Parts: sequence; C-alpha cells; structure tokens
Amino acid sequence: MALPRTALLWSGLFILTWLLSAWSKSLAEAMDLSWMVKYPTAWVFPLKDYISGAMRWLVEDATFGLFTFTDATRALAWLIEKPYELVRALLSSGFERGFGRDAVQIVPPLSWLAVLAGVMALGHYARDWILAAIVGTSFAYLATFGQWDSAMITLASVVIAVPIGVAGGLFLGIQAYRHPLFDRLLKPLLDLMQTIPIFAYLVPILFMFGFGPVSALVATVIYAMPPMVRVTTMALKAVDPEIKDFGIMSGCTRHQITWRILVPSARGSLMLGVNQVIMLSLNMVIIASMIGAGGLGFDVLSSLRRLDIGGGFEAGIAIVILAIAIDRLSQAFAERDGNTAPVSTEISVLRRHPRSFIVLAVLILSMSIGQFAPMFQTYPEAQTLTTGAFWSETVKFLNISYFDQFEAVKIFFLKGFMLPIKRFFLGIPWPWMIGIVVLLGWKFGDWKLALINGLMALFIVTTGMWSKAMITVYLCGASVLIASVIGIPLGVLAAVNKRAGAIIGVVIDTLQTLPSFVYLIPVVMLFRIGDFTAMIAIVLYSLTPAVRYTAHGVASVSSELIEAGVVSGCTRWQILTRIRLPLALPDILLGINQTIMLALSMLVITALVGTRDLGQEVYIALTKADTGRGIVAGLAIAFIAIIADRIISASARNARIRFGLEAAHD
Amino acid sequence: MTHILKKTAIGAVTSVILAGTALAGVESADPIKLTLHDWSGQLINTQIMGSILEEAGYNVEYVQADYIAQFAGLKTGDLTLAMEIWATTGQEALDEATASGKVVNAGETGLQAIEEWWYPLYMKERCPGLPDWNALKDCAEVFSTAETAPLGRYVGGPVTWGGFDEERVEALALDFEVVHAGTDAALFAELESAYQRQAPVMLWVYVPHWAPAKYDGEFVEFPPYSVECYSDAAAGINPDAAYDCGKPRGPIWKAAWAGMEDKWPGAYAAVQAYTLNNTEMSAMVGAVDLEGQDIDTVVANWMADNKDRWSAWIAE
Repeated sequence: MALPRTALLWSGLFILTWLLSAWSKSLAEAMDLSWMVKYPTAWVFPLKDYISGAMRWLVEDATFGLFTFTDATRALAWLIEKPYELVRALLSSGFERGFGRDAVQIVPPLSWLAVLAGVMALGHYARDWILAAIVGTSFAYLATFGQWDSAMITLASVVIAVPIGVAGGLFLGIQAYRHPLFDRLLKPLLDLMQTIPIFAYLVPILFMFGFGPVSALVATVIYAMPPMVRVTTMALKAVDPEIKDFGIMSGCTRHQITWRILVPSARGSLMLGVNQVIMLSLNMVIIASMIGAGGLGFDVLSSLRRLDIGGGFEAGIAIVILAIAIDRLSQAFAERDGNTAPVSTEISVLRRHPRSFIVLAVLILSMSIGQFAPMFQTYPEAQTLTTGAFWSETVKFLNISYFDQFEAVKIFFLKGFMLPIKRFFLGIPWPWMIGIVVLLGWKFGDWKLALINGLMALFIVTTGMWSKAMITVYLCGASVLIASVIGIPLGVLAAVNKRAGAIIGVVIDTLQTLPSFVYLIPVVMLFRIGDFTAMIAIVLYSLTPAVRYTAHGVASVSSELIEAGVVSGCTRWQILTRIRLPLALPDILLGINQTIMLALSMLVITALVGTRDLGQEVYIALTKADTGRGIVAGLAIAFIAIIADRIISASARNARIRFGLEAAHD
Repeated sequence: MTHILKKTAIGAVTSVILAGTALAGVESADPIKLTLHDWSGQLINTQIMGSILEEAGYNVEYVQADYIAQFAGLKTGDLTLAMEIWATTGQEALDEATASGKVVNAGETGLQAIEEWWYPLYMKERCPGLPDWNALKDCAEVFSTAETAPLGRYVGGPVTWGGFDEERVEALALDFEVVHAGTDAALFAELESAYQRQAPVMLWVYVPHWAPAKYDGEFVEFPPYSVECYSDAAAGINPDAAYDCGKPRGPIWKAAWAGMEDKWPGAYAAVQAYTLNNTEMSAMVGAVDLEGQDIDTVVANWMADNKDRWSAWIAE
C-alpha cells in the first residue's frame, strides 16, 4: 500500500505548487510578502566581489617568499608550452629560424603522406587492416577537404592535453584509492570540475597562465580529467584482492604493488578512462579556440561569423572525423591483449619492426621528394574538394520554402508547452522551492542529502541568482522532457532491432562530437533568436545518453526472464512493457540523469543565441573579464546539476533495490 | 623517433646560432605580440600593422585573445598591442585600463564606427518615410512577428554590447520589442534569413562590417547623439527621459601595453602614425568575407599598393 500513498503525496504537492505558482504574485501583493517571490537585491551576499578581490590578490600580490604566485603559474605554463610548440612544429608549422617575415623554414613539418602512413601503421598495430583503412580514410578525408592544417593544430593540442589529463587523473585516482579521506574530499571537487561550465573559469585561467594556447590546454585538461580519476579509483578497487595479496606475500614494496600489479591488472578499464579523456578534449576544441588554441574550432567560429554555413559545417565534420579516428584507435588499444607473443631477437631488426620501417621510409621519401614536388609534402590546395555550397543552399531552400511551417510548429510549442512551464517555475516563491528540494532529498535519500540540497539552493538564492536559475531550470527541464520523449523510444528501438541500432548509433555519435555551434546558426536562421532555438540545440546535444542508456538497459535484461515471459504466453508488446522496460528503469533513470548534465553544460552555448539564464550570466562575466561573477554563476549551475544528480541517482538506486538488482546497504 | 629528435636538435641549434643576425637597428628582438579576434576587419587591420612592423625589422607574433579579456594581458605585457578597440563597445574597458597606468591609448586607427538600427531597402516600400525615425511610429506593426505582434521586433546586439535600446524604445515611444542576440553570428543569421525571404527585419548593424556591402539597406536616422541626451533627461525630444536619440559614433582606437614605448620606441611611433579609412577597410573586408579571398593576399595587396604610406610611418 506504500506506493499509492507516496504517489498521492507527490501529486498533491505538485497541484499545490502549481496553484501557488499561478497565484503567488497577487497573493504576495495582498499579504505584503513580495520578498518571497522576488529576492530583494539588498539581501544579496556580495560573494562575487570577494572572489574577484581574492583573485586580484592572488595574481598581483600573492608570494611564496622566493617567488610570486604568478611566477609559479607562469613556470608551469612554460613547462606545458615547450612540448606543445614542439608537437605543433612537427605536425603543422615546421621548424623556423627567426620571426615573421624573416623567418626561414629549416625543417618542414611532417609530410601529410608520412602522417597518413603513421596513423595507418598504428591502426594495423592496434588491431588489423580494417582499422588501418578506417583511420587512413579519415585522415585522407581531412586532406582532400582542405582541413589538414587546422586538423593538425587540433591534433597537436590533443596530443599534449591527453597525456597530461591521463597522468594527472591516474595520480589523483591512485591517491584516492590509497587514502579514503582524500577520496571523500576529491569527489565533490570532481563533481564541480565536471559541472561548472568552462567559461566560468576561463578568466582566472587567462590571468594565471597568460594568453595563448597554454590557457586553452589547461582548461581542456581541467574539463577532461575527472572521468580518468573516477575510472582509476574504481578500476583499482575492482582488482581481485587475491592478486594484491599475492604481491604482498612475495614482498613487493607499495610502489611495486601499485605499478607492477594493480595498474597492469586494471589496464583494460584504465584505457576506457583514456578514451573518455580523448573524447572530452575534442569536445573542448571550440571553446579552446576562443582563447587561442586555433585549429578546427577556430575555423568553425570564423566561418559562422561570416555566415559561411557550409564552411562551418565542413570544419565541424572534420572534428567529428578526427574524433572517430582517434576514438576507434584508442578503443582498439584498450581491447588489445597486453601480452603479445614475444618476438625472437634472432631475426633482423627490419623484420621485427616492419611498420616502423615502412613509416620511416614513407617519411624520408615523401619529404625528400617533397623538396622538388611539393604535393608530396603538403596536399595540393587545387585538389581539395568542398561541399560548402551544398549546405548553405540547403538551409536557404528550407528557409525560403518552409519557413511558415517552421514558424507554426514553433508557435505551437512555445504557447502550449514552453511558456506554461516557464510561468510555473518563475512563479514559485523561493522559500517553497527550497522546501521542496529539501523534501525530495529527504524522501529519496537521507537527512544528509536533504541538508546538502537545502544549502545549495540557499547559495543560489543568497547570491542573487534565483530568477536566472529558475529560467535555467525551465529551459533545461523542458529540453530534457523532449529529449526523453524522443530518446527513450529510440533507445528501445536500437535495442530490439539490430539494423536500426547501427544507424541510430552513428547518428548519436555524430550529434555528440559535432560542435553545437555548427547547427546553432542554421537553427537561428530557421527559428529566429529565442528560447525555442535554444531548446532545439539543447535537445540535439543532450539526446545521446537518453538513447544510449535506454538501449543498454533494455538489451541487458536477462534472457531467462524474457524466455519465462515467452513461455507464459506474453506478446512481444507485453514483454516490452511488462518485463524489459520496468527492469531497464534504473538504467533509463541514469540516462535521464546524464541528459540533464549535458543539457546544463549546453547552457553557455545557448547563451550565444540570447537566452537569459545562468549561461548568459557566465557569458557576460567572460566578456567583462569578471572572475567572481563567472564563478558564482558557474557554481549555481553546478549546484543545480548536483541536486538533480543526487536525487535521480538515489531514486535509481531505490529502483534497483526494489527489483533485487542491488542489495540494500543500510 | 630518433630521426625526428635529431632534426629538432639541429633546428634548435641553428636557430640559436643565427638568431638576431637579421635584425639590425631595432631596439629589441623580442616579439611584439598583436592580438587577433574573430572578425575579418580586425584580422586585416592587425596583420597590416604586423606586416609594417616586420618590414621595419621587428619580430611580430600574433596571439588569439578575447576582445575584453585581452586587457588583462595588455596590462601585464603578455600582449603588446590591440589594433581595434571600438569607442562604441570597448570605451569603458579601455578607459578602465588606461586609468591603471599600465595600458596606453595609442591613438585612432582612422576608422569610424557607426552602430545603429538598420533595415533592408525593401522595407522602405512597406514603411514609407524611412529612414527618418518618425516613420517607425506609424509602421511598427510592419516589423512585427507572431511572437511580438502588434509590437515591431528589433533584434539588438548581445547584452554585453550595451546600446540602451530598451531605454530608446521607451523614450521615443516606439512600439517595438527588443530581442537580444547572444552573438554577432546569431544577429546576422537573422538578417540573412529574413533577406532570403524578403521578410521584415530591423536590427543592430555596425560598420565597418561586410553586411552593408552584401545587403542593400540603410540606417534609421534618429535624433543625433549628444552626451547630454544620454545623461540628462531634460535634453532631447522627450523632456522626461534620457536616451531619446541615436547611438554614439566614434573612432576605433589602438591600445598598447604601457611598456611598449620604452621597449620598442620605433615600433610604437609607427603604431601611432598608422591610419586607415572606412572605404579601404570596407573594400578589404568585402574581398575577404564576400569574395572569399585569403586574408594574407588582401594584406599583401594593400602593402604593395600603399608602399609610400607605410614607408613614411616607419621612417618617422
């Protein structure tokens, strides 16, 4: 009987909130309680000014005696910059003497044929000829579509950012594994690193590390590292304790246990972390290009600035292609068996390293012939293809022929769906909303969750972010709702139909790696500036996890249960709705959770088309170089994300316990 | 791998030996760092300045930086020179920076910024009386969309650009709703979309920019701007409200790190002497953004055609 009563409680509360929201304004006026609807500016705690002040002190005055704080960060920047310059010179600019006009190229960059041969050799080494062909085709695409130079600059930043992210993540992960206290302190920090939008901490990073590619690299590492830390800790914990005991018995030092036993045993899982770091680094290229990383991200931005939709699209697709090539390569390395057959040292060096020799041969040949015939060195510009005009013409055609239909759909959604939700959230008095958040925490989790939720909501109110936070909740809420309505059925379809699954997989992979800015501008052309345009962009970006987790959940329902269903005469529909979907519920909830996270991370991008939420606050802070304002708004976004994450994770765990998939711990 | 390392080593050694030989007569061989933003006019402007400095024998480096955030770098000397600070959008930040004593205003670029409400020429038939702003009183509805009707719709710039358009609409009693684009790209996407359909549109356009070269249209003529109009409610047409006039126009400034003059006096003199004009800049921006020419080519052409001008700047 417990379930219906809870349901009754929640729906009652919802109706009450709705009524309150609708009448709050007139109610507040009648009872002189307007502070409950609109948090008075005089009560705002000026946290952002304190943060800006602290930052100024750190950059201008802070000193460790022998050297200042700025000296320390600049030294760090130098350490990152030197290897980056080396890789960039190798891949893109070549080695030069002198500067500017007087610069003379001493050594050209690696020829495109050599790089192509190199990645194909890696593909063959990691798996087989098929992978070599896939990677080779991808890089050939970059050359034939004239994206080579920019792609190499982007590749150079990835080549530097990924090892730093992996090494840092591994180090922190191992520390967290060894010291449980450190683990507990690190966890909230990781949450913040993943949920605070990058724009919020770009300004302090620029202050500390100077202008140029280093700051972009640092921002990329901060964003891409957390999954590596989490995966490391989890993978080490999952290593069979007997293996570790064996190490202790045979007298290994702690260092040896870590590096000779634990890390090699967890190699497979660790490679998944590496893969995540690579993907997230590539996600960052657009934002990194805004502060000096250059490369493909910059091409996307500058093309769209002059409304060259086709140019932006091609550069965007080049990012997707590069991401896919690197992703497949790193996955192949992850799955590759660690212990390859030992090669006899008796056969010649050439036979032992055939690939290295072929690559070396291509390198020397192409670069020496390239001295006389440049096409062997750099891909000839005259031979590049472009589909740019096609994309621009398509958007133009849609715009001219179907604008009225688009407009009708938009008006329908705005009036019937988005505006009511907006009014609902903006109308709720803030003390009531805090009460609800606390109650949700207490009901789904425990008193600790309730307390944390309450504190985080209070932070948002007292820093004066409330109304922008509510617009954020409305915009993300509406988008997540639509993304779930589209994504969950797609996920089910992908799970039950293999062919559909393959197609859907490609589409959502593309959606996730294609920089959203690429489709944002055409969407503006078709739907104008406004919340609806922002919603489309958020839905497109955050759809992926809803599809992926649902597909995973539905596919992994045990076959015995399904057989039991078949035996007892269930129809296919009944199997789906009575067995598969309920059992996949925890996974679906986690998918929605991830969808919310992605939706929130899109906010800063949608600010670029003129939304009025926390994303805009962060963006304004960035353009005004206001450290405190950006960080406070960023924290507010992070707190919304964390509140949503904790509540949904707790209810997913409850669901798992209910279905007996997980044991109740307490 | 060893092969590559060897090459690097050779490169590094030769560059150490030969560095500095090509540089005679300049005060410092350290690179002068010029900032690049993401619009073509600024890239052209900066690269012309860079080319001139290179001709004078200086080392030049280009750094990608955000328009406002760059002031932090200019103050510390991380960045040396910013070639386009618009009086219309960057004055506040520039004044703040020069007040700190660490950044100096290196004079006008000769380019004049104009920012105002703008409409495509086909709207003139639907709203006769334009460009005079009084015409908008009667035909605001022509500019309306389903969401704003019966009010006209005006697409303003990103909120960070300021512009006081809400106040202007209020003060001049115009039946318009102000919608803010988040970025420059979104703003002109609206124009492109409307222009393709010959649909009504009224938006914030600025020059020098490629848009007025690509689309036929005009600026609305508001009562001319004055300082009093913005600061004093009594001034202007509406005695009870400020902002009852057009937007200010103003020069585009050059801003430099205060230490530049001491470190590279010759280069600083050239920067101060440098001027372009709106006509040649518009032509170059058009060549890049509309005809698809390479920025390097456009800059090289300007350098070839104007040798006398820039030679005089570095000779001073």
